[in-house]
Amino acid sequence: MNSIAAYRPIGVGTQPNHLHPPYVSSIKRSPTKPLIQIPYTLSEVTGPSFESRLVSPAASDLTHQQHGDPLGERIIVSGRVLDEDDRLLSNTLIEIWQANAAGRYAHEWDQHDAPLDPNFTGCGRAITDSEGRYRFVTIRPGEYPWRNHYNAWRPAHIHFSLFGPAFATRLVTQMYFPGDPLLPVDPVFQCTADEKARNRLISVFDLETTMPMHALGYRFDIVLRGRDATPMEDK
Amino acid sequence: MSPQATTSQTVGPFFKLGLSWLYCESMVSDEVAGERVTIHGRVVDGDGVPVPDALLEVWQASSLGKYAHPDDTQDKPVEAGFPGYGRIPTDEHGVFRFVTIKPGPVPGPEGKEQAPHLVISVFMRGLLRRLVTRMYFPNDARNGADPILNLIEPARRSTLIAAAVEPPGSLEWNVILQGADETVFFDLGL
Repeated sequence: MNSIAAYRPIGVGTQPNHLHPPYVSSIKRSPTKPLIQIPYTLSEVTGPSFESRLVSPAASDLTHQQHGDPLGERIIVSGRVLDEDDRLLSNTLIEIWQANAAGRYAHEWDQHDAPLDPNFTGCGRAITDSEGRYRFVTIRPGEYPWRNHYNAWRPAHIHFSLFGPAFATRLVTQMYFPGDPLLPVDPVFQCTADEKARNRLISVFDLETTMPMHALGYRFDIVLRGRDATPMEDK
Repeated sequence: MSPQATTSQTVGPFFKLGLSWLYCESMVSDEVAGERVTIHGRVVDGDGVPVPDALLEVWQASSLGKYAHPDDTQDKPVEAGFPGYGRIPTDEHGVFRFVTIKPGPVPGPEGKEQAPHLVISVFMRGLLRRLVTRMYFPNDARNGADPILNLIEPARRSTLIAAAVEPPGSLEWNVILQGADETVFFDLGL
């Protein structure tokens, strides 16, 4: 009757558990009962499409959203979105948000004693092109303190949100920068047991996308889940 | 070697900056067919404290039970003007509220029909990866035969079924993160 190809199971240790006590907020917000296994149905293998949403090219340049130039180091963050079968994913919505160069978010709850930048909102979006590529121009975000534990600091990072082709491929993650000394002591970055999986969240400095006399380039490829090659025969 | 899915990370407390442009109070325009429902509830943590920085994402079929997606090959028309997607934040009291239509039933495993339902992702600071759950509709005889509800121990099924409340057309459904009434969450891998 209806045969639905399942998404591949995730590799052991390559995704965080909901409960990760060093990240204190997870303690009261993660489920305590086991998650229930269910088969993939039409509800999970379909999902929203944003192709018709107008995402203007200007939305991917975070340095030209206000009247003046934001402070800080201009950078280019680009990459490809693909799935676990190496297929390039076109027309996928990417949303990003981040702190400014001083490590402050333009959010009313951010109480960090660092200056806001009236020329930087820290919000961008893009839709991948026919070859799965995206490109943002932004400012390198600053590190900032938080209250997770004594003298806790977040490494510099950019939040990424992606949809992919289905409800099952939804992903929210964070991109980090190479050589950041805070990575080994950050409980959010460290929440994933598998070291290789963790390190794939670190962007790579890229001379090819670096623009002479203008901005350094960082590459960050994002992989969304892939489906089993053969549909599971439901009957 | 084929690549592995990128690791999930928390949305953190400041996701509104990047995600609020798609916030909605209603998933339907006036032209969309179907029975209107206003769904509200709270997201509550393990101390019983409402979560003021949570985000729900809803995905659902039309009133005919058709998803606006190419992989839905049922011989039913796609409802123009109904994308089936909604993104709803909680407010400072941990309360969310949105208007949508009750979807029709959709096919399920082994040729069985699934009762009308919404699939829902839950994001918040403290969640390193999303939670996946479903909301079903009250007083619907099809719930009893739903192949997904029937995978859950009977005592916990009610956490996925909204309650009809006043005024008519209002439904209450809560997301309880921990404890005796903990909402059922599903394992979809990610």
